[in-house]
Amino acid sequence: MIRLIPRTQPSKAMIFLSPLLALTLTAVTAFFIFAFILTDIEVSSVFYTLFVEPLIDTYYISELLVKAAPLIMIALGLSIGFRAGVWNIGAEGQYVIGGITGGAVGLYFYNVEGFWLIPLMSLAAILGGMFYAGIAAFLKTKYQVNEILVTLMLTYVAVLFLSAMLQGPMRNPSGFNFPESRPFHDSALLPIIWQGTRLNIGLIIAVILSFVTWFGIKRHLSGLQIKITGSAPRAAKFAGFDDKKTIWFALLISGGVAGLAGLFEVIGPAGQITPGLPQFYGFTAIIVAFLSRLHPIAIIFSSLLIALTYIGGENVQIYFNLPSSITNIFQGMLLFYFLACDVLIQYKIVFFKTIRQKL
Amino acid sequence: MKYQLEIQNITKSYGDLKANDDISLSIKPASIHALLGENGAGKSTLVKVIYGSLQADSGQMQWCGEGYSPKSPFEAREQGIAMVFQHFSLFESLTVAENIILGLDDIGLDTDFTEQIIKYSKQYGLDINPQQVVGDLSVGARQRVEIIRCLMQNPKLLIMDEPTSVLTPQEVTDLFITLRKLAEDGCAILYISHKLEEVRQLCSEATILRGGQLVQNCNPQDHNKQELAEMMIGKKLVQLARSNITTGQDIFSINNLSRKSEDMFGVDLHDISLTIKQGSIVGIAGVAGNGQDELMELLIGEVEAPADSLIFKGEDVGRLNPHQRRQLSMFFIPEERLGHGAVPDMGLHENMLLSRPQKSEMTNYGVINWQNVEKLTQQVIDDFKVQTQSSKMLAKSLSGGNLQKFMVGRELIQNPELLIVSQPTWGVDAGSENNIHQSLIALADQGSAILIISQDLDEILTLCEQVHVLSEGSLSAAVDMEDNGLEKISNLMVGSEKQ
Amino acid sequence: MNEGLIIAIIIGISIASVPLIFAAIGELLVERSGVLNLGVEGMMIVGALAGFVIEFHTGSSFLAVLAALLAGMAIASIFAFLTQILLTNQVATGLALTLFGLGIAAFIGRGYSEENIQLISAIHIPLLSDFPIVGPLLFSYNPLVYLAFFMVFLVWWFLFKTKQGLTLRAIGDNHDAAHAIGHNVIRYRVLAILFGGAMAGIGGAFLSLVQVPIWGEDMTAGRGWIAIGLVVFSSWQPFKVILGALIFGGITILQLHAQGFDVRISAQYLSMLPYLATIVILVSLRMRDKNKTNRTMPNCLGRIFHSTS
Repeated sequence: MIRLIPRTQPSKAMIFLSPLLALTLTAVTAFFIFAFILTDIEVSSVFYTLFVEPLIDTYYISELLVKAAPLIMIALGLSIGFRAGVWNIGAEGQYVIGGITGGAVGLYFYNVEGFWLIPLMSLAAILGGMFYAGIAAFLKTKYQVNEILVTLMLTYVAVLFLSAMLQGPMRNPSGFNFPESRPFHDSALLPIIWQGTRLNIGLIIAVILSFVTWFGIKRHLSGLQIKITGSAPRAAKFAGFDDKKTIWFALLISGGVAGLAGLFEVIGPAGQITPGLPQFYGFTAIIVAFLSRLHPIAIIFSSLLIALTYIGGENVQIYFNLPSSITNIFQGMLLFYFLACDVLIQYKIVFFKTIRQKL
Repeated sequence: MKYQLEIQNITKSYGDLKANDDISLSIKPASIHALLGENGAGKSTLVKVIYGSLQADSGQMQWCGEGYSPKSPFEAREQGIAMVFQHFSLFESLTVAENIILGLDDIGLDTDFTEQIIKYSKQYGLDINPQQVVGDLSVGARQRVEIIRCLMQNPKLLIMDEPTSVLTPQEVTDLFITLRKLAEDGCAILYISHKLEEVRQLCSEATILRGGQLVQNCNPQDHNKQELAEMMIGKKLVQLARSNITTGQDIFSINNLSRKSEDMFGVDLHDISLTIKQGSIVGIAGVAGNGQDELMELLIGEVEAPADSLIFKGEDVGRLNPHQRRQLSMFFIPEERLGHGAVPDMGLHENMLLSRPQKSEMTNYGVINWQNVEKLTQQVIDDFKVQTQSSKMLAKSLSGGNLQKFMVGRELIQNPELLIVSQPTWGVDAGSENNIHQSLIALADQGSAILIISQDLDEILTLCEQVHVLSEGSLSAAVDMEDNGLEKISNLMVGSEKQ
Repeated sequence: MNEGLIIAIIIGISIASVPLIFAAIGELLVERSGVLNLGVEGMMIVGALAGFVIEFHTGSSFLAVLAALLAGMAIASIFAFLTQILLTNQVATGLALTLFGLGIAAFIGRGYSEENIQLISAIHIPLLSDFPIVGPLLFSYNPLVYLAFFMVFLVWWFLFKTKQGLTLRAIGDNHDAAHAIGHNVIRYRVLAILFGGAMAGIGGAFLSLVQVPIWGEDMTAGRGWIAIGLVVFSSWQPFKVILGALIFGGITILQLHAQGFDVRISAQYLSMLPYLATIVILVSLRMRDKNKTNRTMPNCLGRIFHSTS
């Protein structure tokens, strides 16, 4: 058997080594799993398509950045919640609702142009996401209902709502009955920052948000409030922090950002509201948040890593006719290994002989 | 002579720390043997080795003259060793009977042994109802459950870890009667404590540990309390007394404060009133679980108090949160260090910010000035002799005594006009206890008011000139200490048990 | 409505509630031991796939169910190892388990989405099953339905009538105390987690072997999460799991029948009902006993146990 012995101080080396170790272990394990299952395909070429190709082709690099932007935004919001011990698992739902409310404003002003349009749509998206996450905050602060279950259930509801909207009020009147909205005009679309690709200003906003969050966590009392509430709720009360406010704050922030990310998908790469809006970003961002240990700047890098598995997964789907769920396997495994390896920061592992104990 | 248990040269290390270093002792059959030492002296480790929860790195034990090396508590119990733990061994959501079954290895659920429980409880005067849920019991009753659980194994050696730290004086007296009867019936008792007077009353032998090493095996009745204390602590302590008590005007009053507890296991508070003058130290004595936690929450401001029930410097502070109260120069030290008064996983400098009145200039419009925070933290560490490698060490890495000194320092450095402190020296080594008591006295001598809530009667009697007793959520009037004060306090504390 | 329709609805409700009963009763035992496993959805989908694949290749329902059980346990063992031996955060690990389960099931199941299997058939007991009303209502289900109700009984019996069950509850109440008096906290918890995995696996297999004869990578559709909600609803009391599951089964079936009856609401809104109902029930539960702390919730739920000795 193995046993963990707490270190007297966290290991500085392991803080940096554990992510690398986790990545290596994930790659090795995935290699063996694929080798076992994919008897008819050469595994090394699958790996090449997954991890190397997206990094040497400018188109794929731009797409990688396109995918990273919503992940950064959503993960930032979630990381604030997780620090406070508020488990918003339904960012996917808030993302969808933000896409719908922000998109609805755009559709309402379909024939109007103006610089104010995108800010107005963004506001609507943020409010939509906030409202949706706010339901969970209300139920948690008022009735102590677990936010994990509420946000998750509401995600299923949001996806169904999107489908109802696209078959009803939001359907493109001249779209041959496809469940899709009208495509947005240029003045409602996010400006492209890399000509010839789909990369838009969303990425810049995401990176700016990362630094703002970093400042807040590092230098502002609210960052400390969130950390204390998550780590020792009674100490937070002792410090005079209102735990209900913290819950509201955490959920509204994460919901608002997720909503904005939803809109940016709609008026960015998609250009219209489609049933394909939910792309699992809300769930993947949970992984991103953990991989970055909830650190706002690290979130940028882990988002890029996870975006790579997205792009790689899509390519593998196209070239080898493998399901894109290969992405989820990677992400799940990576998180497993990462959680396991992070134990080494706080503990030393020793092996010992089994001691007989009655059951 | 054949010993019940002999321990020879036991050594046990955790990493670099030698918790037990070459310890030997022998326990005679049917004797009451004290194991004395401060927190961290290595008592718990030694006991865990005897009880099989830990295995020694080296050394041997003999049980009734035969080799003994238990791999688990089950083996220890098979041999006839039972243990009453200081904390952590009852299950609140289960009944008394279920709790007892869990400690007995050969009894299944179907055996109806409520009668047996009642038999033992009568034999040793341990009043208990087998069907009650443990969460509803008082601390004293919980200990009785633990003792019965042990007695039902017909032990040859009973280990008791700090059994009296949570009991009323009356309960302590009752416990001693039970223990003497047990010893007469042939059961040896290993009695772990740091309370010297008790040990001198009860035990015929004592083993004293300090810093993981054996100091001496002796008969405690051959030494006076002072000598035992110095053996245990290894140095002399400053004698404490308030030199000149000069009290000023009333600064804080509690007026008819009542509270209904929301927690099932909580205690309701009834009509509590109290007044504190500048420069005085007021004590609230009482056994844990009589409303101390509920009262403390109201005093700190973690729970809102009714209008006009808390008046500080003429202002109603009942609706203010803890931070707002600190702005008025009320400061607090809660009982629980890790998780309440300090965040275990944060550095001392971050913990400094839990108590951050505006005048400390640690924050400005919510933006943290880390330079000032560092400076102040370092000042607390220096002024209050907190032993730590740096101001960034995690709170949980400090010893209880050092963290308590930090928490006391964090509040005292703000020069509070009123300090409310619960259990200021709970689980703290004697050296730190002495330091903390000195700081509190110095603060009061400056003219500040202090309210101390403590279960430790000695502490209250040393520090306070006005003593109240909290029992079943009601607070007594100030006890007149001139006229049989101690006896009155005892009676007021026990009052709760009679109901 | 005629008699036949009512019987059909009741049978439908029972069938719809069975996967939830399996998954929830497993999770209930896990939570009673003080562990929160949020990977139920992932374990269910893996069970659904394993059952389907084995049924497709062997045609043996018994082997299919056994495979689902083992698959659920296998994936639960990852969770057990991480949270109990490596002391990882249970919430994060549970989420990872769900994501990983969904991914691996979709990946392995990629070749089976076009295939069909034979559904497990209902039992037929001569005389009893033919008895009017009572026959179809009580004696004409498939064996897994009876197994589900039996498992609820078994878990209740274990928890409240055996010493090991008492120990498990004690561990969930206070793991430090249980350790102090010599019980092996980690072993109990690992076994409970494996049992939870087995039950979730069978619950998932019920979807692919009894409810529909096809495999789809989204066929659990949040049932794992609803099962976790059901455990809260049950206040950790086994028999209340049945009650909760029947309510959800009822909502699911009513929603289907409402669609059949051409109710003038979009199908999407009706499909939201089970999810909304979960929330409504959790809220109403809290409104009912708002002023007291929940005594039945295991004290140590989700807390990491690390013995210092």
